[in-house]
Amino acid sequence: MKILVCISKTPDTTAKIAFTDNNTKFASDGVQWIINPYDEWYALVRAIELKESDPTTVIHLVTVGQADTDPIIRKALALGGDEAIRVNADSHDSFFIASQIAEIAKQGNYDLVFTGKETIDYNGSSIGGMVAELLDLPYVSLAIKFALDGTTATIEREIEGGEETNKVQLPLVVSCQKGMAEQRIPNMKGIMGARSKPLKVVEPTPVEAYTSIASFELPPAKAGVRLIPADNPEELVRILHEEARVI
Amino acid sequence: MSVLVFLDQADGQIRKSSLEAASYGAALAEKLGVPAEGVTVGTVANDLGSLGQYGLKKIHTINNPALDNLDAQVYTKVLAELATTTGATVLVFSNNLTGKAVAPRLSVRLKAGLVAGAVALPETSAVFTVKKNVFSGKAFAHVSITTPIKIISLNPNSFSIVSKEGVAEVVDFAATIDQSKVEVTSVNKVVGEVPLTEAEIVVSGGRGLKGPENWGLVTDLAKLLGAATACSRPVADINWRPHHEHVGQTGIAIAPNLYFAIGISGAIQHLAGVNRSKTIVVINKDPEAPFFKAADYGIVGDVFEVMPKIITAVKKLKGVA
Repeated sequence: MKILVCISKTPDTTAKIAFTDNNTKFASDGVQWIINPYDEWYALVRAIELKESDPTTVIHLVTVGQADTDPIIRKALALGGDEAIRVNADSHDSFFIASQIAEIAKQGNYDLVFTGKETIDYNGSSIGGMVAELLDLPYVSLAIKFALDGTTATIEREIEGGEETNKVQLPLVVSCQKGMAEQRIPNMKGIMGARSKPLKVVEPTPVEAYTSIASFELPPAKAGVRLIPADNPEELVRILHEEARVI
Repeated sequence: MSVLVFLDQADGQIRKSSLEAASYGAALAEKLGVPAEGVTVGTVANDLGSLGQYGLKKIHTINNPALDNLDAQVYTKVLAELATTTGATVLVFSNNLTGKAVAPRLSVRLKAGLVAGAVALPETSAVFTVKKNVFSGKAFAHVSITTPIKIISLNPNSFSIVSKEGVAEVVDFAATIDQSKVEVTSVNKVVGEVPLTEAEIVVSGGRGLKGPENWGLVTDLAKLLGAATACSRPVADINWRPHHEHVGQTGIAIAPNLYFAIGISGAIQHLAGVNRSKTIVVINKDPEAPFFKAADYGIVGDVFEVMPKIITAVKKLKGVA
């Protein structure tokens, strides 16, 4: 069993969001970077659990990023996984990124490709679906539970308005969300071990991007909260009805 | 050349988020001077011609029970065939869970640039550029699509439904349907509740409610307002409420007209899921709760004293005894 887990580097949830260069670039100065939570807590940890129940499982991590992504991929290796591949490119175009991952996936002949359901920075929710199409594999999106019996995967996933259970033969691509696994903290043994795990850097396959970010914009600042006295909640209802007109 | 809108359905009805996508597609088509068309996949029960009122001239139906379960791979192939046959140049999806499964695959198949999470009509005068949400609701990006065919997934609750007079022509499209490689062994759909992502009003509770036995304060208000109910992460984690109600960074992201937060402190992870709400009301006894900084209206007070009075006032407003 070979699993490829897609890892993305994102600003920490609490990072201040600001832009530079005439609002065309994310202001990364002083930003704490983390593994995209969906990639880490759900995709990677579930893969690690599968390896724990079947030690012959091999886990590879893939990321598309420049050298400043290395600390993030090392942290992912500290949680688990056998080796990592970094495609040396900087892109915010989902198709470009998915094409790089698909190329790695083709070369490695994986049984399973796991992604997080979306990144918390560009919120595209697109990589899993695109990789699946590029590989012509089934795609189960938004998985909340994943079990394996030989080469048959049983997956619970969220669909619009409910949940369903799928049975699919490997190989396939799965996007992972809450429910798949619980967050883990790397231990000292993992952190020390990660230093000696292979981190292969490869150059990107030439692919033309489909999209580009022209500029960023911050939402207008909130006017500030209007407080209503606790002894007169009826006034809140009146305001919501007559002034805000939302009820 | 046309704009093609994917119409997602639930129990034979087109979803509200897809009606928003239809209105968006029609407005875009008018801007581009081309017709807007729609497509449904799987068995449909309702009167599709009436979708003309949202500006769609023609509805293509790929009416086959084999397509009743969502398989992104199979859907992609039939939709690509239709888009190619009809010469669609822009495809519009709702960025709901169906859109998230299908649009990225279709993007690859049609070699069409995708913007997922659009919040406004594109700028089309020079480069085709779409405004979308980024950084989990904390910013917007203007994304240019450089491919001849374009796909836009519209965030639910970001474009108003526009209804006029009009009847759409309904035509069946005979697509080649592949055998699905995904076997659906069980489906569990929530029936009769307002789906959280489509709800215009959401009433949400946190740990400040002290226990599941007090949730009447949330559900009673929600019922009166025709709202969906939600909760914070700790509440779902300790099983006071089901996980599908959890809104926030790791749960569902929503953007209702009104988000009513009761006894929720407003941690940054929670705000990431609700900060796109148009109006936020916060009831919390702690004046230092971070949620007040993100709120439009607030009451600093004990939820057990404040909420019954609010419920009574809403009852009076709605004429409920």
